[in-house]
Amino acid sequence: MNALRPDLAIIADNVSPSASVLDVGCGDGALLSALREKGCDARGMELDPHNVAECVARGLSVIQGDADKDLVFYPDKAFDCAILSQTLQTTMRPDKVLDELLRIGRKAVVSFPNFAHWRVRLSLLWGGRMPVTRLLPVAWYETPNIHHLTIDDFRALMAERGIKVEHAWFLKGDRQTSATAANFRAEHAVFLISR
Amino acid sequence: MATAPLLASSTVLDLAQPLPLDGGQQLDGVRIAYETYGTLAADRSNAILICHALTGDQHVASPHPITGKPGWWVRMVGPGKPIDTDRFFVICANVLGSCMGSTGPASLAPDGKPWGMRFPVITVRDMVRAHVALLDALGIDCLHAVVGGSMGGMQALSLAANFPERAAAVLVLASTARHSAQNIAFHEVGRQAIMADPKWKDGDYYGSAGQGGKGPEKGLAVARMAAHITYLSEEGMHDKFGRNLQDRSEKTFGFDADFQVESYLRYQGLSFIERFDANSYLYITRAMDYFDLAEEHGGRLADAFANSTARFCLVSFDTDWLYPTPESRSIAHALNAAGCPVSFMELSAPFGHDSFLLEVPALDGVIKGFLGA
Repeated sequence: MNALRPDLAIIADNVSPSASVLDVGCGDGALLSALREKGCDARGMELDPHNVAECVARGLSVIQGDADKDLVFYPDKAFDCAILSQTLQTTMRPDKVLDELLRIGRKAVVSFPNFAHWRVRLSLLWGGRMPVTRLLPVAWYETPNIHHLTIDDFRALMAERGIKVEHAWFLKGDRQTSATAANFRAEHAVFLISR
Repeated sequence: MATAPLLASSTVLDLAQPLPLDGGQQLDGVRIAYETYGTLAADRSNAILICHALTGDQHVASPHPITGKPGWWVRMVGPGKPIDTDRFFVICANVLGSCMGSTGPASLAPDGKPWGMRFPVITVRDMVRAHVALLDALGIDCLHAVVGGSMGGMQALSLAANFPERAAAVLVLASTARHSAQNIAFHEVGRQAIMADPKWKDGDYYGSAGQGGKGPEKGLAVARMAAHITYLSEEGMHDKFGRNLQDRSEKTFGFDADFQVESYLRYQGLSFIERFDANSYLYITRAMDYFDLAEEHGGRLADAFANSTARFCLVSFDTDWLYPTPESRSIAHALNAAGCPVSFMELSAPFGHDSFLLEVPALDGVIKGFLGA
């Protein structure tokens, strides 16, 4: 199997083999394929029709849909786990999408780039311009990331909404890093949450 | 390039049992004309039923016996093609009510005369009952997949909803779970064109013993012309014809087919009457108009799939305004609500509703992947 993107590898490793999973924003289906190989009932939602066609051509169950609009059509607790990788910051209403994920899934896994990583901070502090980094490679005017957030922002939202953080993983480059000063040191975070 | 003809087996099945109909009647002596391709596996697990559209037929990948044209889905069905006849046993049956060998209004009633308008009004579910009777006769308990575009998609959905144990996968292209007011309206124009033709004679135009009667050809041609417009996209028509004149450099200030698009539609109408029965057109369009899968299941579409364990795949096309994308999306949402594994996508293609029949490479990959999973 090709190497999964590091945040997806963490997710794949932490989903139990027989779980039913919905991957919202599943892209070309890399995570879905890995989950299916593990024996999961893995389904996806994806906005881009080319990606959807590619997933279906790989034999995956994926519907073309929009996380902001189309999650309402799934029944409560339809999946053991709802996954949103690298997509939260692109949604119109991240808080409502999180509510939907936790309605559809018994648990949810959410990964996002950390806007408070020191490189991003430095770039804004010294350059005075919106940062363009490895994980945020697109200029402000054409980025799909419309709701930038930090690890501390996410934790605060969880506390405010009474959502339980069951586990969190942090990434620096392609490697995991400790939770110590993660909001400063981690480029990327993966949260396992539940109500 | 000539390719080796695909070996099709053409058969007519006489149903031993009467076929119960949604209208409350039973139809005796039903015949089902069908073709098969490929070999049925010993465990009978590799059968795919392809359901044809309104004016389609069982000749999915074999030459049409009247027009001599290649099968209507020869680009999709054959050895090594997305619906691979080296791997799958492909069945395609002429629908109940049609005119290519299966029982329809042109068939003879028990009194020895053609049914004509005495033929009972049928539904899409009745067509599916006939398909299921065929599967019973072939000893196929569960299809690997049922596949259909347009009205074929309606049959696939109806089979999934009403006979959920009979198909493990359901592939629906450019279709809908119910006919809209606009769909019904276009069909009504076609029916009225047929009925307004004095040669229709209340449907009793077959002549004695079903031979030789000249039917409402003008009415049927107009019906086909109107319908054909709905199968194309505005953009596609513009690209193909624009305002180009047909074999002339000036307008004639008359009512000849000055424009290429007029000439094209007239040709479509004329070639259609060679191969299709006007009364079949009335009955099949009626069946489509009556189609409302949610209504059959208490008004909630998700309930239609409550007992389904099949995988589903729905494909719409961005230029199809006959059964536009929201129709397929709403089916996908209903299947989500019912907990069924479903794929859904809108593909981009310039050919309007007819896209499912034409060269759309992305569709090939989707069909191959879905059927192969």
